[in-house]
Amino acid sequence: MGSYILKRLVSALPVLLGITVIVFLIMSLIPGDPATAILGSYATPDNVEKLNRDLGLDKPMVTRYFIWLGNMLTGDFGRSFSLNRPVIDEVLERFHATLILAGTSFVLCAVLGILAGTVSAARQYGAADKAITFVVLIGISIPSFFLGMMMILLFAVDLRWLPVSGMYAIYGGGDLPDLIWHLIMPATALAAVATGVVARLSRAAMLEVLRQDYIRTARAKGVPERRVIMGHALRAAMVSIIPVLGLQAGFVLSGAVYIEIVFQWPGIGRMLVDAILKRDLLLVQGGVVFVAACYVLFNIAVDVAQSLLDPRIKT
Amino acid sequence: MTRFLKLLFRNRLAGIGAVVMGLILALVILTPVLPLQDPYATDLGARFKGALQDGHILGTDHLGRDQLSRLLWGTQLSLLVGLASAFAAALIGSTIGVIAGYFGGRTDNLIMRAVDMVMAFPYILLALAIVAALGPGLLNALIAVAAVNVPFFARNIRGIVVTLAGREFVDAARLAGMGHTRIILTEIVPNVLPVIVIAMSTTIGWMILETAGLSFLGLGSQPPQADLGSMLGEARAALITHPFTSVVPGVMIFLIVMSINLLGDGVRDALDPRLKSGALSRPLPVTTVGREGPIPAATDDLLAVQDLHTQFHAGSRIFRAVGGVDLAVRPGECLGIIGESGSGKSVTALSITRLVASPPGVITGGAVRFREADMIGASYEELRQIRGDKVAYIFQDPLSTLHPLYRIGDQLAEAIRVHHKVPKDELRKRAITLLKDVRIPNAESRVDNYPHEMSGGMRQRVGIAMALANEPDVIIADEPTTALDVTVQAQILALLNDLRREKGLAIVFITHDFGVVAQLCDRVAVMYAGRIVETGPTQAILDAPAHPYAKRLIACVPELGHGRRELAAIPGLPPAVDDLPPGCAFAPRCDKASASCCEGDVPLIGTPPRAVRCLYPEENV
Ligand code: SF4
Repeated sequence: MGSYILKRLVSALPVLLGITVIVFLIMSLIPGDPATAILGSYATPDNVEKLNRDLGLDKPMVTRYFIWLGNMLTGDFGRSFSLNRPVIDEVLERFHATLILAGTSFVLCAVLGILAGTVSAARQYGAADKAITFVVLIGISIPSFFLGMMMILLFAVDLRWLPVSGMYAIYGGGDLPDLIWHLIMPATALAAVATGVVARLSRAAMLEVLRQDYIRTARAKGVPERRVIMGHALRAAMVSIIPVLGLQAGFVLSGAVYIEIVFQWPGIGRMLVDAILKRDLLLVQGGVVFVAACYVLFNIAVDVAQSLLDPRIKT
Repeated sequence: MTRFLKLLFRNRLAGIGAVVMGLILALVILTPVLPLQDPYATDLGARFKGALQDGHILGTDHLGRDQLSRLLWGTQLSLLVGLASAFAAALIGSTIGVIAGYFGGRTDNLIMRAVDMVMAFPYILLALAIVAALGPGLLNALIAVAAVNVPFFARNIRGIVVTLAGREFVDAARLAGMGHTRIILTEIVPNVLPVIVIAMSTTIGWMILETAGLSFLGLGSQPPQADLGSMLGEARAALITHPFTSVVPGVMIFLIVMSINLLGDGVRDALDPRLKSGALSRPLPVTTVGREGPIPAATDDLLAVQDLHTQFHAGSRIFRAVGGVDLAVRPGECLGIIGESGSGKSVTALSITRLVASPPGVITGGAVRFREADMIGASYEELRQIRGDKVAYIFQDPLSTLHPLYRIGDQLAEAIRVHHKVPKDELRKRAITLLKDVRIPNAESRVDNYPHEMSGGMRQRVGIAMALANEPDVIIADEPTTALDVTVQAQILALLNDLRREKGLAIVFITHDFGVVAQLCDRVAVMYAGRIVETGPTQAILDAPAHPYAKRLIACVPELGHGRRELAAIPGLPPAVDDLPPGCAFAPRCDKASASCCEGDVPLIGTPPRAVRCLYPEENV
């Protein structure tokens, strides 16, 4: 197992490098002089010259790329001009908030989606199946940002059950119950679409598995039906569900950008959008590379989970 | 095409989707000629008007602009932008895919690696990076969304082109001296075009949503121009005080995405023939029962099948898989059921504990009695307690009948645990003992194997061990040796025979091979088209078969135990059991058939223990 993880990590290196190349190429699309663009309103001749010196912006592209890469490897992602602090500090802080939000949503969508799909399959064409199919259809059709807004109207403004926005109460709060309190709505809104997708897929995977001969074997052994569904069938269906969970993690992470805006959540998505509007390009660049790299690592974790589940995968 | 549309509209939801989409499209096309107010005319005196106020059907927004007009123009813009980015992504992505797939080799490798890397990003990061570099704006958002979706097209199209590039007509074109560009344009592109269109139709809803999303974030269309996303984004500032302004564009986005989703599902279902045939429905834990007629009275056999009828209901067609079968076994006895595939022998076996897949299976008559208790009328829990504990099965092809993800030791232990409370370490010991019982070498280490780590013969032994786990009274073996080679087959048969004598098991052995029957079974029942056509002691039937069908079956056996040439020598095919002719089902293939054979039901008669269902039997029994 250890060697398999190592192998996957090594094979991820070119992907990680590729990510930096792509981000670098995109950033070189910036029209005009890069130093001036990066500095924006801070572009005094002094600052421009200093930045050119630090990042080698006046050098050829290839040299520039390696200077940038070298800096990143030593943990130096540059300095954000709009915030006047190191990019990496801001990114880490914001990513922490995003992880709380997206992580919760991911767990929600996985658990609820698989559960709904399983129930739906076990009760195919029954009332529960129809109800779930309908809710799923609505869920995957509502844009998450609109769903978030409607939830605010209903649960925060009308019913006053939950706070309108933010991660903690402004006065007092700051503890775990406060965080959970603030997390409920954004996490649910963010999870909605992914839950729908996971539920659909789980239903299809379960239906496929339930027709297999080994399910008949389990029934012939006298295994209680609940165990047949939640054990034998679900376990086998997970083999095709897990890769989709990996994909959905990307969608949850993407959706977090909208949800963070709608709910004023201090995460990295909101940071990126603010940075784009303020033309703080080093912050955008650092944030994108960092999150993309984390996502690649997450997908390795998904592969490892898959190999743990399925003994037929050669490790 | 009309058939496709019919299928599409049979799906009610897809029909709704089509209607909603059609309405939205009609509105958008008519927008320029409708008597709408100027979407840009602000009127600060008339801000946030509600619906139907002052001639504003959908009210006004925060600048007093007419919402209906803005909504329709915004919808038009959103759809156009989505469509444009879908076209751009399809064009660029397909070009890349065609080049990679057509040239193959290094070019392909390089391109696909780059595509994989782009796909390693969560899509929005890439879009944000592009917008960051180019600056916010509708055109840049369009470029970003298109760019993010390029890999999807590149990958799909490449896959198809790779197979096309290897086909003869492309080779022929090459030999004819055509240039690459010409081959691609005349031979490849026309063939991938439909795929590109389908891929586009599945992504377009997604792209509309994505561009709307970027506009919502303030990175797409810039004021005063507004698509649905930026309308919603602007309205958000007044969400709490004037929610209606947000609801209008939000609901429109929802309707667009939902109608596209519904249509997409409908198209997929219409194209997927598996749904029509009902192959996607899952079997229930017990076969459905819909018994008509009287339930036969109990006998004193260990296991008795009495006038069993099992049917498959597929749409309006009814397949009579089992049409009135009687069987009985006593302790220590081995009964063979022999017949071609489709003769109903496996369905009979599975009906005993109601394991026939249902839907489509339905048991429509008769009874199955285990120690006098009727299992067809039993509750699920009563049946479950008998399954595996009193009546156990050995199935054909253990690679698909053993769970691929559980260790065999755990599968054996589970068979015991679901019926008896046994401590954990004791379970493992029993599993090992069972493996030893079926003569598996190194049972102590084999117990931790997964099925795929064993040979076919070993897996079949595991299947037998599992059936033996609770020392059942009856074992039903459904072609347990068909997938195995002759030596392994002989070993397994010998093993079953030993176990029967050691433990006093009753065995119902289903096979198509008279050689196997001769080796193992005391009595045999020959099945044809869902009914028993001859039954009696094995030796008696082997020596002097009475039914013409049985006679031919026996003639086919070249040598005992090597009956692989299944029925090759009998001309004709077994009848489809959905429309059986009246009278003898074997008549079309029978040499002795005469007009009277097809007139009425042929009864199963004879002096016990033998009986035959034939008007002109080979022997009198
Ligand atoms: S009943 Fe007639 S057709 Fe049928 S097997 Fe006997 S002889 Fe042949």
